[in-house]
Amino acid sequence: MAMAKKRALSFRLPDGAAAWILPLALIVGWEIAADAGLIAARVLPAPSAVMRAFWATWRDGTLAQNVAVSAGRALQGLLIGGLLGFALGIVNGLWRPAETALDSSLQMLRNIPHLAIIPLVILWFGIGEEAKIFLVSIGVLFPVYVNTHHGMRTIDPAFVEMARVYGLGPFALFWRVILPGALPSVFVGLRYGLGIMWLTLMVAETISASSGIGYMTMNAREFLQTDVVLLGIVIYALLGKFSDTITKLCERSVLSWHPSYAKTVAERP
Amino acid sequence: MSSQVQLLDASPFEPSHRRRVNAAAQARTSSPGDGGLPIELSGVFKAFGQREVLKGLDLTVEAGEFVVVVGRSGGGKSTLLRLVAGLERPSAGRVAIDTQAVAGPQRAARMMFQDARLLPWQTVIGNVGIARGPQWRAKALEALTAVGLADRAEDWPRLLSGGQRQRVALARALVGRPKVLLLDEPFGALDALTRVEMHQQLTGLWREHRFTSILITHDVAEAAALAERVLVLREGSLALDLLIPHNKQRRAASEAELAALQARILAAV
Repeated sequence: MAMAKKRALSFRLPDGAAAWILPLALIVGWEIAADAGLIAARVLPAPSAVMRAFWATWRDGTLAQNVAVSAGRALQGLLIGGLLGFALGIVNGLWRPAETALDSSLQMLRNIPHLAIIPLVILWFGIGEEAKIFLVSIGVLFPVYVNTHHGMRTIDPAFVEMARVYGLGPFALFWRVILPGALPSVFVGLRYGLGIMWLTLMVAETISASSGIGYMTMNAREFLQTDVVLLGIVIYALLGKFSDTITKLCERSVLSWHPSYAKTVAERP
Repeated sequence: MSSQVQLLDASPFEPSHRRRVNAAAQARTSSPGDGGLPIELSGVFKAFGQREVLKGLDLTVEAGEFVVVVGRSGGGKSTLLRLVAGLERPSAGRVAIDTQAVAGPQRAARMMFQDARLLPWQTVIGNVGIARGPQWRAKALEALTAVGLADRAEDWPRLLSGGQRQRVALARALVGRPKVLLLDEPFGALDALTRVEMHQQLTGLWREHRFTSILITHDVAEAAALAERVLVLREGSLALDLLIPHNKQRRAASEAELAALQARILAAV
């Protein structure tokens, strides 16, 4: 057992480094091709050009400002949509009448592609902040709702029965049995929701905004600054990766009981 | 139903109707510790839809008695236990613990299930003290010490072996000082050696605390090893109600005695 574990570990270290070989090679190849004039700068500027765009937008403060605006919108939408989805999932998971009344309507709404309502949202809210936050909220709500609900519904009834025999009241049953049992599923929903959050925001900012990363790239497109457009795309990728990493860390500490997050060293014979 | 019981009384063992008086007298004199509560079932019917599982069961279990119920699967053993635990309501008749009709799960009665049913997101000690309450940690640790697992208090349940998990479940059942312990084939999935260890541990704890115990098993040898009294449930009624003299008198049984007992139980099953 110990041998097998050690071997797996010694394979994993070069694995981590190996994951970077391909992207680095691509970037180096791309730089060389761009410098040699094989790729037109207007189609795809060199990585060094993107870096220069980064530096320029960083120095004049537009980058930081736009990132802050986008992140703020994302966070507000996540909070509103996520909390609403979580609350609906809990209520419908615990209380049959609520599920009967709400679930089929929610499932129906869930199947509307939320980006399809952009024209309607613009009619309602104009191109103000509310429109973007509303869209992000709608996008985040459903994955969080569906997975929270599913997590609540799939608690092992044997645990609930055990809790009854051992005299747990409804409050203790929820906090000690049902909610912790549903959390892995809630986190799945949250990570789905984060993906949709950035996607929605990018589309919304591209279509109608006067600030934010999406606006920055659309603005750059008008001036044919392909390097800034590319920079915007890279920033989105980094923000997505960043939020996913934070969620993973939360998951790891909250779900430390789960076999998938087991610390290999803590195991005893 | 009682006529069926009496039919089987032509044996070297004490007939059940005479026994009842003796046992009551004995229980009063020879029960140190916390003591148990008597259980009484009178005219209990239980049907699930069209299927009648218990057909007019009359049964009195004395305070502090160790009863083992044997029978084929589908014979109503688990239903009997779940009725006493308050997890099911009888279709007709009355189930009472200490003359109080059972209307739901109650403090006095604790149950051990076939699977340990430990919450994976609670540590071992968190599982044992699942009902919480004042000084639950100290009480849980005491119960864990009684089953010899105090050093695993802070581990996740998944790190334990099957036998250790059932011992934690036993500690959880004991932590509230139950007056009635209901055991639904808790050792069925354990290997023979672990099972014998668990038998010894359970018997030791029972002698110390004298809770009323009802254990369900399909293992006739287990019944002969543990029971003061063996009941055979067949098609929803009592097919045998037998005193086990050597366990009552706390002496080791001879091979011949055990073989005769087991043969007699098997014949009734």
